[in-house]
Amino acid sequence: MRRAVLIAIPYVWLLALFLVPFFIVLKISLSDTALAIPPYTPTLDFSAGWAGIKDFFSQLDFENYVWLTEDDLYWKAYLSSVKIALISTFLTLLVGYPIAYGMARAPQEWRPTLMMLVILPFWTSFLIRVYAWMGILSNEGYLNQILLWTGLISTPLTILNTSTAVYIGIVYTYLPFMILPIYSALERLDGSLIEAAEDLGCSRLQAFWLVTIPLSKPGIIAGCFLVMIPVIGEFVIPSLLGGSGTLMIGKVLWEEFFSNRDWPVASAVAIVLLLILVIPIVLFQRNQQKQAEADG
Amino acid sequence: MNRLSWFNTVSLTLGFAFLYIPMIILIVFSFNESKLVTVWAGFSTKWYGELLQNEAFLDAAWVTIRVAVFSSTLATILGTAAAYVLVRSGRFFGRTLFSGMIYAPLVMPEVITGLSLLLLFIGIGLDRGILTIVLAHTTFSMCFVSVVVSSRLITFDRSLEEAALDLGCSPAQAFRLVTLPIIAPAVISGWLLAFTLSLDDLVIASFTSGPSATTLPIKIFSAVRLGVSPEINALSTIMIAVVTVGVITASLVTKRAMVRQRQDEMAAARTE
Repeated sequence: MRRAVLIAIPYVWLLALFLVPFFIVLKISLSDTALAIPPYTPTLDFSAGWAGIKDFFSQLDFENYVWLTEDDLYWKAYLSSVKIALISTFLTLLVGYPIAYGMARAPQEWRPTLMMLVILPFWTSFLIRVYAWMGILSNEGYLNQILLWTGLISTPLTILNTSTAVYIGIVYTYLPFMILPIYSALERLDGSLIEAAEDLGCSRLQAFWLVTIPLSKPGIIAGCFLVMIPVIGEFVIPSLLGGSGTLMIGKVLWEEFFSNRDWPVASAVAIVLLLILVIPIVLFQRNQQKQAEADG
Repeated sequence: MNRLSWFNTVSLTLGFAFLYIPMIILIVFSFNESKLVTVWAGFSTKWYGELLQNEAFLDAAWVTIRVAVFSSTLATILGTAAAYVLVRSGRFFGRTLFSGMIYAPLVMPEVITGLSLLLLFIGIGLDRGILTIVLAHTTFSMCFVSVVVSSRLITFDRSLEEAALDLGCSPAQAFRLVTLPIIAPAVISGWLLAFTLSLDDLVIASFTSGPSATTLPIKIFSAVRLGVSPEINALSTIMIAVVTVGVITASLVTKRAMVRQRQDEMAAARTE
């Protein structure tokens, strides 16, 4: 009895505030836009009984989804979000791997401190960390000041409000998500395996490529998923660092909802985004489960 | 193996420089005299003074703190219960759905979570304000708490709990006297995580807040859209300082708790 209550409380909470809202989004994505409060029709009318429910379902249609395929803004935004997510995940891996490797090779007594130094920015406000780059990358920003002063350039570079700024922002804010899983894979790596490879005639680089990289693969995969999935729906970074040329679907959804007040189209955008994300989310969970079984 | 090679030294130095220089610049320029953030004009703390006079920011800060305290406390209770259910309850009806609902919010884009919760609140006719933000924040942060707590529960020696039950404890007593003290560090770090997630959140709060309740991130975001300002630098510096002190204190406390636990275990082993 007590067990049932313990299970029921978090279960009901998640059903009511996580699962049910998705069905509401799905329902509104099949409705029509209207000049009303709330701004869509039809609304479900239970007072009319079974006829009301039947009437409600007969009025739903896929109009909004057809609209998404007709206006090329949407599919361009989906494609460019996925592209930006893939490229920035790869860049984060390039930056993050050497840091994780260095941490795992550092003397034992340094490691907790290094770990703390990686985690600290992760606890600091996301918004503040993105904001910090606005001052660095703007036309009169610190980076241009340094480059002008050293004489490397003669006119300021335009970086803020371009895709370059978005990539920098993503790599910077998501770096801890890449470093931590790779570090935990590398830390468990048995150093004698690399010595064995070197004794058997591998060069340092070959040993790294043939032993270290394959053994840290679970960490690499986990890190890549942890960066890529949330980046696809990212809103803050493209809206603060990107310009009108950087299309990302999270920003499109935001504007559809807050500027155009078109709730049905915003809901349809959300449902399609969710369908795109289902594949990597399922792959990620399967990878985590396999990892947990291998450890246990 | 005890000395770093030059390659590792260089990559660590560059890596940490990349992580920290932007924030150091931000902090340094919060003490700038000039209104132009990018030009140094001498040391001054006047932006901190102006921040304390700014009623709108102070109101927003107060809303944010209340939301964070309520939602992280609720999330810790629900998340710990969820972790306990996931690790200890074996099979029950709909278990797969339950664990799916725990893990999905961790990677769900915030725009989707925010939109879906807003449509729910409007659907049931709940006025948007502090309550709706608390409900929204509790929902996604309880999943983070549950992941943190369940990773501690998995490594936990179950025979301790069974011993307490054999010695006449009720299940509730066994939980309170044995399980809770052992998982306490994980519960505390879960609470801290939920608290900072709530402090940070812009997207979900924007969707679920009404005109009566504006949180600090919403305020910062609308100010920052217009460009860089020294007042925001001062505010950011205060927030970075609070988080740094909090995280370092928490890690020292949990480290001491772990050392004490190990000493207790060793003492117990000796008396056997």
